[in-house]
Amino acid sequence: MDTDLQTEEFNHVQTAHCENGVTTALLRYHGLDFMTEPLAFGMGSGLFYIQIPFLTINNGPAISFRTMPGAIFKRTCKSLGVEVFRKKFSDPGKAQSFLNQKINDGVPVGCQVGVFHLTYFPKEYRFHFNAHNLIVYGRDDDNYLISDPIMEDVTTLSPEELSRVRFAQGPLAPKGHIYFPEKVGIITDELIRKGIVKGIKRNVRDMLNIPGSFAGVDGIRHTSNQIRKWRDKMGLKKASLYLGQIVRMQEEIGTGGGGFRFLYAAFLEESAAWLQDDRLMNISEDFTKAGDLWRASAIKMAGVYKGRLTEQKDFEEIADMLLNIRSVEKEAFQKLGKLNLGK
Amino acid sequence: MKKEDLPQEPGALSRLTRELCYVKNEEGKYETALSKGWDVKKDALDSAWDNVNDRVEEARKAVAKGEKSPVYYFMELRLMDLPVLSGYTGFFTFFIKRHFKPSVFKNLSDRKLEKYAAAFDVTVDELKNFKG
Repeated sequence: MDTDLQTEEFNHVQTAHCENGVTTALLRYHGLDFMTEPLAFGMGSGLFYIQIPFLTINNGPAISFRTMPGAIFKRTCKSLGVEVFRKKFSDPGKAQSFLNQKINDGVPVGCQVGVFHLTYFPKEYRFHFNAHNLIVYGRDDDNYLISDPIMEDVTTLSPEELSRVRFAQGPLAPKGHIYFPEKVGIITDELIRKGIVKGIKRNVRDMLNIPGSFAGVDGIRHTSNQIRKWRDKMGLKKASLYLGQIVRMQEEIGTGGGGFRFLYAAFLEESAAWLQDDRLMNISEDFTKAGDLWRASAIKMAGVYKGRLTEQKDFEEIADMLLNIRSVEKEAFQKLGKLNLGK
Repeated sequence: MKKEDLPQEPGALSRLTRELCYVKNEEGKYETALSKGWDVKKDALDSAWDNVNDRVEEARKAVAKGEKSPVYYFMELRLMDLPVLSGYTGFFTFFIKRHFKPSVFKNLSDRKLEKYAAAFDVTVDELKNFKG
């Protein structure tokens, strides 16, 4: 179709997580062919754990297995010296004309969107979650061409549909947030290696040394302690729902399985090759183990919300599984911290 | 997780796409593979929806009994909570809580009703005349 306005070189990339995917696809578009999802995730120090105290989301605990939205794109670009343009809008009309201008210029852009009104998502997945990311890479007569990184194929949205999700409201409201790499310098292997080391060190710091007991490896212990109390405190039904929410945050679309731990293990495996350092392969194994343990705990939790397991001892066992995961992850990050990878 | 252990148990998402996961291949190296879903997480999502449906039904009953206004019902129906509804309407949560009272709701201005109706994707008539 001649009328199609589309950047010729843009290639859709399917990834586990949307933000990793936007980062990977946009950087590849700008010539960084080496970029992979695990590399983007690791350079951006994506692995995390936090249970935000006194906050509930969708009537369940506010738990995240990854770092805050936007951080991965920002950090990975910064590490590689890629300058980023970003803008938010209060007026949907202006947001749309800015987008049109970029598309006319042939620039694929990342957009933050809410999923509640995202028409191509199955209804069962449309909660009020406002930190989803997708790429707009072109336009035909009626629709925008959309590359949603969690999907196998590209899709489309009408201008009304796109505007609605870009201006979803509530916590983390996107406000038409649009972003893309603006200027890419020369990227040497040395720069990539530095970025990897920096990503690892920052992740070690975030998981081991973050103050307070709600985040990092200590956050896992915090949740473990909570789980022991949930059944008595709020009853079996609500406690089951809470466990269900943990499993969804951990295993749902976007995590790559095992609460992003397999993704991090894949990153360390890639890093071992970049840095020519086999020690990273061994630590990668530790994170594979952590991911497997998270999945084992999910199976146990499913026993509760399916109504098969109902006793306090089941909650105790789940809490113990989480304590075990904490010690595996703590040890793995301590090993990473002692590697002396250079500056 | 080994590649051969990757579950292929279709859930709601499989209508849209298979999802990408990181698995170990025969040589013990990581690669990506596509999964149709996993019953463990499907059941978690199902139980979240059972809870949503229970809450909507309770809200409907509360409106029918005259304890709550339609604002409360539609908030639950659209999976919203106070911060989300506040975002869509521009009303402070304190006022929204007041609007849950049938006696206060009955005297709401058309302008306010229109904001709620837009947030809930219904007409003002549907909102006003919802009896539970």
